[in-house]
Amino acid sequence: MADDKDVLRDVWFGRIPTCFTLNQDEVTEREAEPYYLLLPRVSYLTLVTDKVKKHFLKVMRSEDVEEMWFEYEGTPLKWHYPIGVLFDLHASNTVLPWNITVHFKSFPDQDLLHCPSNSIIEAHFMSSIKEADALKHKSQVVNDMQKKDHKQLWMGLQNDKFDQFWAMNRKLMEYPTEEGGFRYIPFRIYQTMSDRPFIQKLFRPVSPEGNTLTLGDLLKEMYPTAITNDGEQKRYQVVIHGIEPLLETPLQWLSEHLSHPDNFLHICVIPTPTD
Amino acid sequence: MPVSLLWGVDVYGQVYSLSTAGQQWEQCRDAQMEFKRVTAAQQCCWGIACDNSIYLNVHASELPIRYQEETYENQRWNPVDGFSERLLPSDRWQWSDVTGLQHQPLDGFQLPSSSWEWEGDWYIDENFEGEPTEKEGWTYAIDFPATYTKDKKWNSCVRRRRWLRYRRYKAMDTWAKIPSQQTSLPDPFSDISCGGWEISEEPRGRLSLWAVSLQGKVWFREGICHHNPEGSSWEEVLLPGEVVQISCGPGDLVWAVLWEGQFIVREGISRDCPKGTSWATVESPSPDVGAIHVATGVNVVWAVTKDNKVWFRRGINSHNPCGSGWISMVGEMIMINVGLNDQVWAISCEDRAVYFRQGVTCSELSGKAWKVISVPRDGDRSHSSASGSSLQSAGCFFSGEVRAQSVVSDVESDTEKGSADGTGCLITSTSPQCFVDAPTENSSILPSDTPKPRIPKVTSDSFISELVSDREPGKTPRDIVSATPVVIEEETFLTEGEVKAPTAGLALSLSQSGSPIDPQWSNVDLEEVQNQQAQTGAGLDCAETCSLSSVATYTLAMEDPYGADERPLWAWISGGGCSVDTHSQLNWFNSAMNTSSLIQSVQSMSLSVSPAQTAAWRRQIFEQLSERTKREMDNFRHYEQAIEQSVWVKKGTMQWWRDWKPHKWIDVHFALEQFSGPDGNKDGILFIYYNYYEEKKYLHAFINEVTILVPVLNDSKHTFAIYTPERTKQRWPMRLAAATELEMHDWLALLNISCCDSRGIQGHPSKQAIWSITCKGDIFVSEPSPELEAMPYPTPCDQMFWRQIGGHLRTVECNSIGIVWGIGYDHTAWCYTGGYGGGFFQGMASSTDNIYTQTDVKSVYIYENQRWNPVTGYTNRGLPTDRYMWSDASGLHECTKTNTKPPSQWTWVSEWAIDYSVSGGTDREGWQYAADFPASYHGYKTIKDFVRRRRWARKCKLSTTGPWQEIPPIPLSDVSILPCAAQSTVDVVPLWAISNKGDVLCRLGVTALTPAGSSWLHVGTDQPFKSISIGAASQVWAIARDGSAFYRGSVSSQSPAGDCWYHIPSPAKQKLKQVSVGRTSVHAVDENGNLWYRQGLTPSYPQGSSWEHISNNVRKVSVGPLDQVWIIADKVQGSHSLSCGTVCHRLGVQPLEPKGQSWDYGIGGGWDHITVRGNSIEPPRLCLSSLTNQSAPTPPSLVPVRSTEVNGSAVGC
Repeated sequence: MADDKDVLRDVWFGRIPTCFTLNQDEVTEREAEPYYLLLPRVSYLTLVTDKVKKHFLKVMRSEDVEEMWFEYEGTPLKWHYPIGVLFDLHASNTVLPWNITVHFKSFPDQDLLHCPSNSIIEAHFMSSIKEADALKHKSQVVNDMQKKDHKQLWMGLQNDKFDQFWAMNRKLMEYPTEEGGFRYIPFRIYQTMSDRPFIQKLFRPVSPEGNTLTLGDLLKEMYPTAITNDGEQKRYQVVIHGIEPLLETPLQWLSEHLSHPDNFLHICVIPTPTD
Repeated sequence: MPVSLLWGVDVYGQVYSLSTAGQQWEQCRDAQMEFKRVTAAQQCCWGIACDNSIYLNVHASELPIRYQEETYENQRWNPVDGFSERLLPSDRWQWSDVTGLQHQPLDGFQLPSSSWEWEGDWYIDENFEGEPTEKEGWTYAIDFPATYTKDKKWNSCVRRRRWLRYRRYKAMDTWAKIPSQQTSLPDPFSDISCGGWEISEEPRGRLSLWAVSLQGKVWFREGICHHNPEGSSWEEVLLPGEVVQISCGPGDLVWAVLWEGQFIVREGISRDCPKGTSWATVESPSPDVGAIHVATGVNVVWAVTKDNKVWFRRGINSHNPCGSGWISMVGEMIMINVGLNDQVWAISCEDRAVYFRQGVTCSELSGKAWKVISVPRDGDRSHSSASGSSLQSAGCFFSGEVRAQSVVSDVESDTEKGSADGTGCLITSTSPQCFVDAPTENSSILPSDTPKPRIPKVTSDSFISELVSDREPGKTPRDIVSATPVVIEEETFLTEGEVKAPTAGLALSLSQSGSPIDPQWSNVDLEEVQNQQAQTGAGLDCAETCSLSSVATYTLAMEDPYGADERPLWAWISGGGCSVDTHSQLNWFNSAMNTSSLIQSVQSMSLSVSPAQTAAWRRQIFEQLSERTKREMDNFRHYEQAIEQSVWVKKGTMQWWRDWKPHKWIDVHFALEQFSGPDGNKDGILFIYYNYYEEKKYLHAFINEVTILVPVLNDSKHTFAIYTPERTKQRWPMRLAAATELEMHDWLALLNISCCDSRGIQGHPSKQAIWSITCKGDIFVSEPSPELEAMPYPTPCDQMFWRQIGGHLRTVECNSIGIVWGIGYDHTAWCYTGGYGGGFFQGMASSTDNIYTQTDVKSVYIYENQRWNPVTGYTNRGLPTDRYMWSDASGLHECTKTNTKPPSQWTWVSEWAIDYSVSGGTDREGWQYAADFPASYHGYKTIKDFVRRRRWARKCKLSTTGPWQEIPPIPLSDVSILPCAAQSTVDVVPLWAISNKGDVLCRLGVTALTPAGSSWLHVGTDQPFKSISIGAASQVWAIARDGSAFYRGSVSSQSPAGDCWYHIPSPAKQKLKQVSVGRTSVHAVDENGNLWYRQGLTPSYPQGSSWEHISNNVRKVSVGPLDQVWIIADKVQGSHSLSCGTVCHRLGVQPLEPKGQSWDYGIGGGWDHITVRGNSIEPPRLCLSSLTNQSAPTPPSLVPVRSTEVNGSAVGC
């Protein structure tokens, strides 16, 4: 009998096999070999690509190197989205490994945030956690934590320490039983074919009548076109961590088990492949 | 929480109950008639029916209510006849009670009421003080009264024997009328309230029942207890005025409302005097408006005044039952009831709905808000049937009254007859207050007036005030009663009543206004009227009355107001049996009367209960995640990981109990370093960094060597102990203290994960697991290796790894197919759910399913010590050398009522109370006397006693979580599960238990899939039992309270309860206290700590022949399915220290040597209980070649084979 805890492990240890290739326009001293790496789905690109950077810097002159950034099939990849979200949004249903192009020049300022150091990622990560807790517990849990507890969350993610991270993160996942769930579910819905970066609104896990709300209920309100009606051809896939949960999955359960370490439930709505 | 019931009566007199787990009111269909009032306790419900008699509904229990009648047959020897029934004239009766003073022939015993039946015929008791007597049960003495022995001697001149017969209360789950007492009850009852069960636990099931008669008198029911649920007689309680309503709380609070609107409060209620001694008066909350209703709990009093305002009494406690002041609360109610845990229910004045007071906790007794209980009644689902039934019942209801009323009209038309009747003058003023009558008068007197204009809302107090204003000032109600009613007045009243009747005011006449006006317009004896009618042969039986047109008309009239509105209209509510506390989740509020609510409840169940695991969405996620792993990772394992694994260190500061003398707590740095071993296994090292003479030093332990982490009970520090095999041998663990409890729990959870990871242990305990419990109630399991029972070199038991499981228990028992039961300190039975974790193990260390809230209650004891001096007698001034005047049991530590705190995580749930149940007995004030401290105490004062002490107890409660689900409702003190593996999962597993009152019980329907079973079967015994065990071949052994053993004959799968008990004397001069039966061998422990082995067991003589001594210093024994013997030893000497309560394993136990050779010492001290009855893993049979000619038979077939071994050639089977 599988335990819900196994879901947390599976989510945490999700990996995407990736092939990093240097952009052909980059000036190199000799030809750059592609670099293969298993990327943690729940982490951030710039946090886990030190090895990639080192690898390509070996073949480049230092004066040609500016800030590193990544691109997939012409789309600059936002480092501040979890890696899994980037993959699901842009590259699901493609052949693995995931081919990412590495750039060291012409940083697309209009598309990407700069990431000069890991402390920027940390700040972004912690602010996400705080935002999520504001939604879940009016920030009570995160404010009760000490500085070192915050550090433990971040170090857990940075060093890929599941136990270390969850020893602290479980506190963020608690809720009073009589309420039946969090105050609001921290979620973001991403779509490829819109200018809006993502949808994020207030949504409770339990209806005023006391009914448990599901993923379907959420989409009905936020993104009705994502739902396939009876007799219709399925037009969209609703993907979380590379899987398509059933629409009747309770939202509270999803939030507790399929949230990213930043405590948000990142949902990708992508067109169904036409093959 | 076990399911319990809230009781209610609607305005039609229908009785309903609402389960704390339910979502609809269930009608009590058994009620043959309509009820006016109900008052509930947990085990029963009392009510006043419309015939004004009192009825009792005892809830069916698997534990029958049985009472042992006994009588003695006495005989004297004479030279002619030998022993004969011819006694000397000075002798006792031939049949007498135990004292000989009371004549008690066998046929003199009568059943107390028609609710009882005899269980069987009289039989002779052949057990004399734990010893079997000769066949006829005679015991001999020189003369009456004297000491009796079971052996006849040369000088035995008299003999006697005891006859026993049981009677059983049979009126379960039905309303049984309490036979009325002819002599002393002049008038019918109008109110009733039960409570007082917390005053004393002895006798068991004691209740105080208070009743108010129509004339305003108060009566107390004497003698209600478990084996006499009906009580014995009514005693009148003297009053300062006339009472209209009374309320008795679970404890010692009794308040009543006087006719004039003040309260009276009963004082002097105590264990010895549950009736109390005197009344004190409390004024109504508002000077102008009198009170009409009061409700008491343990520490609260709520009241309602005539203007329906609700009041809360401040400052109530058992020292000050009157409280200190009133607080006005929101809401307008007609009545209020306080149930268990001081929870409050009320019926609103406006819509007559039942409201629950939300947020009542022990710190906030007045709660937060009223919340309506909006659940439907059964039968409300279908519109037509609901209205139909309610109308029909209304019809029936009134028909009975029409009968009475018709007499009344007779009387009216014939005044002579009325006055000749003596009370007839009162009859004319008949009972409109009995709400049933009001409409009848409508129908019979004003039948044509049915389509009356209706006043939408008539509050009863206006009604009352009108009535009151009719009275002349200064006249007492009695005066008015005695005055001959004037016709005009009566007519006025009837009009009033009639206007009200079809409105919501209908029921007010009963529940609210009813009481105050009762004495005035009372039909003093309704029964009499009915009798009279029967005598005159009016011949109006029920059926006929139903056909009366008046009823039909009335029905029409009723249809409008009630037919359209199906909401129940409540008249009375009682939560005395309803257990709700802050942890309870109630389904009473979010239910609407539509199908969607049903669906919703099903859904929410599927979320919270077990089918969650099988929900489609969850399966989908599990499946897709494993697909994802295949798709995205399986072919790419050779890729480099983006993040390299490294050592992870967690550091903290703690205090450490240093290993060398002088021992003391010193500040240390504590660090856990975790890393992945070369084979991918996680491992770690613990470091304790300390300073030694300015020098930095450290102590370390490898995580994979840690055998257990034990939270330690310590008042001032949050401490835990870490053991390794070495430290177990030394009896000297590493003791650490964290700064806060939270910090300690975080560390413990982390260290536990780390230890389990390093040993590759995860998930739930196996079916073979060994379970044990510490004296703190913490639960530990250990996974046995096959070598644990190996011969001749078993795994030393100090190397066993124990991990903690959430929950709190006193006893745990298991068997080898994974059925595990536990018993809490409060005797609640719990069944293991298959989960792990809980308690402080959260997140990763805990399963997400199968973890539930678990509560436990225990008492904390302190002692009050006094010394006698010639001037003032006993005082709290001791000698300078004496112990503290308030102390713990040892007298070494001062423990006052105020400075004694509950253990951490426990909260007080009661006040300090004198504990009378101390061994050695106490006097009436709870004192025990002795010559000096410390000494052995006795319960009476002698001339030599200069000191005395008494024990105070205060209950505290723990609320934690763990993989346990409660098995209500019978509290247990022992349990035993058949140790051997069953053939398949559907096989029913025998499980025996002892209730906390000593009843022997057999659980039905226990299988591996339904470990909780279905119901109890009661197995009769002549005395209470205290321990039980069932062996692999269904041998059931038990220990009775007198210390002797009993063997149950003929237990089999066909006859799970067996047929009779065989009495087995205890070892000479020892009283047994616990027994454990393995595959074949039987071990027992006596009260002096001796372990005994039962010799000579054979299939043909399973009782065996004698007890053989094995060891002393034994507290408890557990014999497993391999006949392995494990004990909790009282004292074990280690190299550094002595430990009490240590797990020990008997070495060298072999078929030919079932007693074994020596002990191997495991974890301890502080251990209280162990069960190895799940461990059926046969050890590898390497060195046993000479003994294994029987070649490891499967357990079921083992018994005869094994017995052959035991008995050598003696048994040739």
